Amino acid sequence: MTASGWETLAFYLVAALVAGSALGCVIATNIVRMASCLLGTLGGVALLYFLLAANFLGVIQLVVYAGGTLIVIVFGVMLTSRAYGIKLRPKRIEAVAGLVVCAALLAGLVGILATTQWHAADSPALASGQASDDVAAFGKQLLGPYLVPFELVSVLLLAVMIGAAYLAQPARREAE
Amino acid sequence: MTNCVKLPLSDGFTSEHALRSRWGPDARRRAVRWFVVVGLVASAAALLLGFAATRTTDGTQVAAALGATAVAVTALACFATALVVRFAEAVGWLLARLAFLIFIGAVVGTVVVAWVPALLYQHVDAIGPPGTLTVDNLQASLGDGAAARLAAYGLWPLQFRLTRDIITMVGAIGFVSIFASFAIWWERKVAGRIQSRLGPMRVGGWHGWAQSIADGLKLVQKEDICLEGADRRLFFLAPYIVFVPALTIFLALPFSAAWVGRDLDVGLILIFAMLGVGVVGVLLGGWASNDKWSMFGAMREACQMISYEIPLGFSLLVPLMIAGTIRLTTIGDLQAGGFWTWLAFSNPFAFVAAVIFFIATLASCKRAPFDLPEAESELVAGYMTEYSGFRWALFMFAEYAEMFAVGALGAILFFGAWHSPLPASWGAELAHGAIWQQALHGLLFSGPLWLIAKGFFFVFVQIWLRWTLPRIRIDQVMYTCIQVLLPLALVILLGNTFWGLWVRNGSGLAIGANVVLSALGVILMAGFVWFVAYGFLNRRALVGTLAVDHLPGA
Repeated sequence: MTASGWETLAFYLVAALVAGSALGCVIATNIVRMASCLLGTLGGVALLYFLLAANFLGVIQLVVYAGGTLIVIVFGVMLTSRAYGIKLRPKRIEAVAGLVVCAALLAGLVGILATTQWHAADSPALASGQASDDVAAFGKQLLGPYLVPFELVSVLLLAVMIGAAYLAQPARREAE
Repeated sequence: MTNCVKLPLSDGFTSEHALRSRWGPDARRRAVRWFVVVGLVASAAALLLGFAATRTTDGTQVAAALGATAVAVTALACFATALVVRFAEAVGWLLARLAFLIFIGAVVGTVVVAWVPALLYQHVDAIGPPGTLTVDNLQASLGDGAAARLAAYGLWPLQFRLTRDIITMVGAIGFVSIFASFAIWWERKVAGRIQSRLGPMRVGGWHGWAQSIADGLKLVQKEDICLEGADRRLFFLAPYIVFVPALTIFLALPFSAAWVGRDLDVGLILIFAMLGVGVVGVLLGGWASNDKWSMFGAMREACQMISYEIPLGFSLLVPLMIAGTIRLTTIGDLQAGGFWTWLAFSNPFAFVAAVIFFIATLASCKRAPFDLPEAESELVAGYMTEYSGFRWALFMFAEYAEMFAVGALGAILFFGAWHSPLPASWGAELAHGAIWQQALHGLLFSGPLWLIAKGFFFVFVQIWLRWTLPRIRIDQVMYTCIQVLLPLALVILLGNTFWGLWVRNGSGLAIGANVVLSALGVILMAGFVWFVAYGFLNRRALVGTLAVDHLPGA
């Protein structure tokens, strides 16, 4: 098998992992199982990034979402007092609404995929088949042309932090 | 059998009977005969296949040669087993006497075996760009004849990254297994010494060196238990979510500039991510066990890890900012010029960052004083309470693999990576000399042995702390992280930034800080050596005379 053959095989394996765990995340009725399926989906997406030679993105995906899933599990366990008994089942209207949203998303994605002109070999990194091992260039882009969006995201995160800290202090508010 | 204690068994036989009926001289003679016969048949097959391989020229040649090699290995294994079984007493006696030499030999042998792929990769890469070579290209570099043809077929797969990754992962699994077996025995011996007792002494003869092997055999045979009411799928999945990331660390962890599975630009973040992913497995395992002890242990682990990832991340940023890259091999090679160029000694903030890094990794490896997730005296074994057998062993392997990985990572980031305290420039001629000169360079100046030695040193410090410090409470763990380490980490991050901006290389302040910190490092190391020597020379003052008489060298 050629190198691209192996890559195709790996893609289908990882894609099966992503799709399977996404399905599991929807079907499961137990909150911890849902969270672990979510980890499978997000980790699989990280593997897809690795396959696309986007190492930095893949690694950051793992860092962010491993921690994120961890927190989801912790809260899932803490907020459901009897973690084993509770089964989460959606109402029929919720299922229908979800289906409609997903169908619209699928239609949109397929439409974009079908109408876009792909220039895969234009990128020198992709053409050579090597990972673009250049985090420094990425950082320069982030702090150069894309400085404003980057800083806006930082401000957003700061606002979230302040909001969380405010909400987490009910005792002090009552004292006032 | 004369000193065998006769224990009554349930069916009336003594243990001596049971032993004799299964492992008596007759059975052994039969086993030897069988092994010799199988070995003879296999060698005949190997000869036939080898003959066929020299006669044919097309694709069947490779198959025949591979088959011949496989059968020949089988034959050799059969003959060796027959010899061992025939002379079991003599072999056991020799093993017991020469255990230490065998251990040293195994370490050296492993290093040599690990060196071979590196040399082969070098050879293959010198011929042409990887991924495009054919067998004929490779044979042209080796010469004519059937042997060169076979060698070319052997070298051909080595040009692909997939093959190299597989070799790396197999090597990583081997390293982790051997290291974990060794470190568990080592930890028990160190714990014994610290508590004035002997630790394991029986299995294998010399200081119970085979204890971990015996433990491993026991664990493999144990029943694989899963409680009723547990979440079976997650319960069985969890050990792998812990173990696989611990292995993956070794894919990106460089043992030296050339000895690295994948020299990733994002190697450091990958290792950081893998330390975090392993925690999810711990949490899932603890939750899926459906057990209060496991749940408490898992929740503590989650709290601890989420909190300590922050100071850990900040302390990682300091060497990153000094080096200006995340590529671990580049960071390591910055520190080649003697111990005074090690990053921990480059400025005061980096020195503090090294301390914060060490404390945070103690917490992330669940080592004392942060071993609340598996606190034996309160939670039985925390998140691993309900696990048995091989799954339990996977948790242990992952823990020891992470211990070594963070020790080695600390060495790479702060303490000179794979370089010896001597400047590498002193040995520049050796590095490009003959093979033996290269080996000498690896021993004296920079090579994987130095990184492994430094990793072992940090593992030893972790063991030492575990058996010295008491465990702290969960609120104290959180206090240490959020109120002490986190502000300190922010201060050193800021301080390091300003140091990098304002203090020029070669200015008086930079050189002064470097000299003072290097001297501090030397004093700390000398103090450690002095403590060890003092303890050894005054061992008669210890409580347990039994332990004193069995100290190595006593």
